[in-house]
Amino acid sequence: MTSLRPRSVYLDHAATTPMLPAAIEAMAAHLGRTGNASSLHGAGRAARRTVEESRETIAAALGAQPSEVVFTSGGTEADNLALKGLWWARLTEDPRRRRILLSGIEHHAVLDPAVWLGQHEGAEIEWLPVDELGRIRPDDVRRAIESAPETVSFVTVMMANNEVGTLQPIEEIAALAAEYGIPVHTDAVQAIGQVPVDFAALGVDALTVSAHKLGGPYGVGALVVHKETKLTPVQHGGGQERDVRSGTLDAPAIAGFAVAAEHSIADQPLESVRLTGLRDQLIKGVLETVDGAHLSGDPVGRLPGNAHLSFSGCEGDSLLLLLDARGIEVSTGSACNAGVAEPSHVLLAMGYDDQRARGSLRFTLGHTSSQADIDAVLENIGPVVERAQSAGLQNVGRNS
Amino acid sequence: MRVLAAMSGGVDSAVAAARMAEAGHDVVGVHLALSRNPQSYRTGARGCCTIEDSRDARRAADVIGIPFYIWDLAERFHADVVEDFVAEYAAGRTPNPCLRCNEKVKFSAVLERALALDFDAVVTGHYARIVDTPAGRELHRAVDPAKDQSYVLGVLTQEQLAHAFFPLGDTAKTEIREEAARRGLAVADKPDSHDICFIADGNTAGFLSEHLGEAPGDIVDAQGNKLGDHSGTHGFTVGQRKGLRIGTPAADGKPRFVLDISPVDRTVTVGSRAELAVTGLTASKPRWCGPVPTSELHVRAQLRAHGEEVAVIARLEGDQVLVEFTEPASAVAPGQAVVLYDGTRVIGSATIDAVDRVAAAHA
Repeated sequence: MTSLRPRSVYLDHAATTPMLPAAIEAMAAHLGRTGNASSLHGAGRAARRTVEESRETIAAALGAQPSEVVFTSGGTEADNLALKGLWWARLTEDPRRRRILLSGIEHHAVLDPAVWLGQHEGAEIEWLPVDELGRIRPDDVRRAIESAPETVSFVTVMMANNEVGTLQPIEEIAALAAEYGIPVHTDAVQAIGQVPVDFAALGVDALTVSAHKLGGPYGVGALVVHKETKLTPVQHGGGQERDVRSGTLDAPAIAGFAVAAEHSIADQPLESVRLTGLRDQLIKGVLETVDGAHLSGDPVGRLPGNAHLSFSGCEGDSLLLLLDARGIEVSTGSACNAGVAEPSHVLLAMGYDDQRARGSLRFTLGHTSSQADIDAVLENIGPVVERAQSAGLQNVGRNS
Repeated sequence: MRVLAAMSGGVDSAVAAARMAEAGHDVVGVHLALSRNPQSYRTGARGCCTIEDSRDARRAADVIGIPFYIWDLAERFHADVVEDFVAEYAAGRTPNPCLRCNEKVKFSAVLERALALDFDAVVTGHYARIVDTPAGRELHRAVDPAKDQSYVLGVLTQEQLAHAFFPLGDTAKTEIREEAARRGLAVADKPDSHDICFIADGNTAGFLSEHLGEAPGDIVDAQGNKLGDHSGTHGFTVGQRKGLRIGTPAADGKPRFVLDISPVDRTVTVGSRAELAVTGLTASKPRWCGPVPTSELHVRAQLRAHGEEVAVIARLEGDQVLVEFTEPASAVAPGQAVVLYDGTRVIGSATIDAVDRVAAAHA
């Protein structure tokens, strides 16, 4: 059955990327050791040392101070901590601060906490405009802030979009928000390891990192928080992590995270050139092979590893099934509702209609991607699209 | 062969998929999301519309070792099955939604998409047998009479049967559960589905009232004398005895049954068991599992799901099937299918439009 399937061509690195061998080694070495990083005895001190050295490594790789790194269980928790923590801290200081400025292309880990704050805590969600390439313009952020600066709680804009790969002008947004003393959060989960990310240079107040997207283990990440930025704790308990995020620290995972961050960020300048080359080959090849195919997102200002392609007259679901059967693993990039594909909220926010949004595939490259992967896609994409088109669009041609 | 296994999340479709994979076919599992509101979460219940069911189907696919996807057929299902179900009741008829789903969704929309996507066939956990003969494929009753589902498959044409597999038709249900346990499928002990899958709480009358509203009218006898009131004709099925709530007992003191439902004048006619007896019926929209019959058929017929067979003489006249009963039959409801059998072989089916009564006394 499964053994008959061809070798897999993994092009879904934005979902998760294989762990780096050095990170596996570091993590495995720590899994056999005992010690709670909060304990005062020798075993505890050893764990504490691992955690603190890892914190220093990660901070250095990201251009932050060690004390600015708050470990979490991953990107989703870091986003929740950033949004809810900023919301309550800012509101406590000034009850007028009820506006959250964000874009409709944010990841659900940002969108959903924001909407939750709107529904339960009286936040006013203000959607920043997004153009057809998935870009947010600093001028629009300025206009939104200047309509009533004293009522803004915070701004959150992702550094790079997880579906279409468009990069955002975070540095400019952070600079103009700083004129009014308004904090900016950015979800940099997709950007780290693909483009340069320097926390201090960006000037943001909070930045989300996830280990498993850069070659580290699942279940660990961090919120990098500027040392002067106040956050109300969301997870209460033993008071770890500046009293902002309680919970026993996962020393082995943090050790793996640090090694992965160090390597992937050090390799980033060369790796991004290599990935851009492969990705452009993939995009060019697909556009030449398939009539009516087109690239979504910014053709220039995009993640080196992202190729988001739309195909007319077929379902992304059909394309995925057919590629999967040929051992090629990609994503439709859309959210799942009980496993039922919904048109992507990102594409809809970019002005796509329902039908165009449905026929999309996201190919994302990473450190294990090779020329052979691109060749495999280009060899199969023509027949696959043709077949998917013959299956048509699900809601078209019903006989009722 | 490359086959698509429709996996409901129940034990039957899981074992069907497993058997096909074991036989060496390239099997892909697909759960059909049929509800517009997949959030409805019914713990311990069985249907085809819940998150729990899709999760059970996915777990089974993982254990079998086959790819698994979810296909959203909610719109199609709503238009072809749910709306048809409501419209049929509104017209005073008693539909069978499972049959409609097989005809319009599973072996139409799903099969078409599967064929387009390079599959050769669709496999389901229905209890029925397919027999290949030199003359073509035949559909037969399952060996387990208690589980036989050939009645709801009687709408399949030769073309549809050519792309269908029912690997459970030769096995008793109890053995299927044992086999599921042996294969490590967690759904081995999951209860069977009984209800109509899109009516979550099993309250069909409530579902219909919600969709059709209240339309009160009279309950009368065959002579037109008023015996009581009702809140909507859609609450009744021909042959129904319970829930009539008639104050005055019948003159002979015997129970009364629904004989006829007329939504136009909002009348429900009731009468004795004797008046319920039918001598024949007229049906339309025939679907033949094999060649179209050219002569009069002296065969047997099933008139409702899990109903008894009766001997009939059937003939095709234009687009109508005229059926004459050669042994007593009763409580035949328009809207249900008449499925014709030659021994265990399904000849075809048609939708019942009207019945001929022994005493055609009612209006």
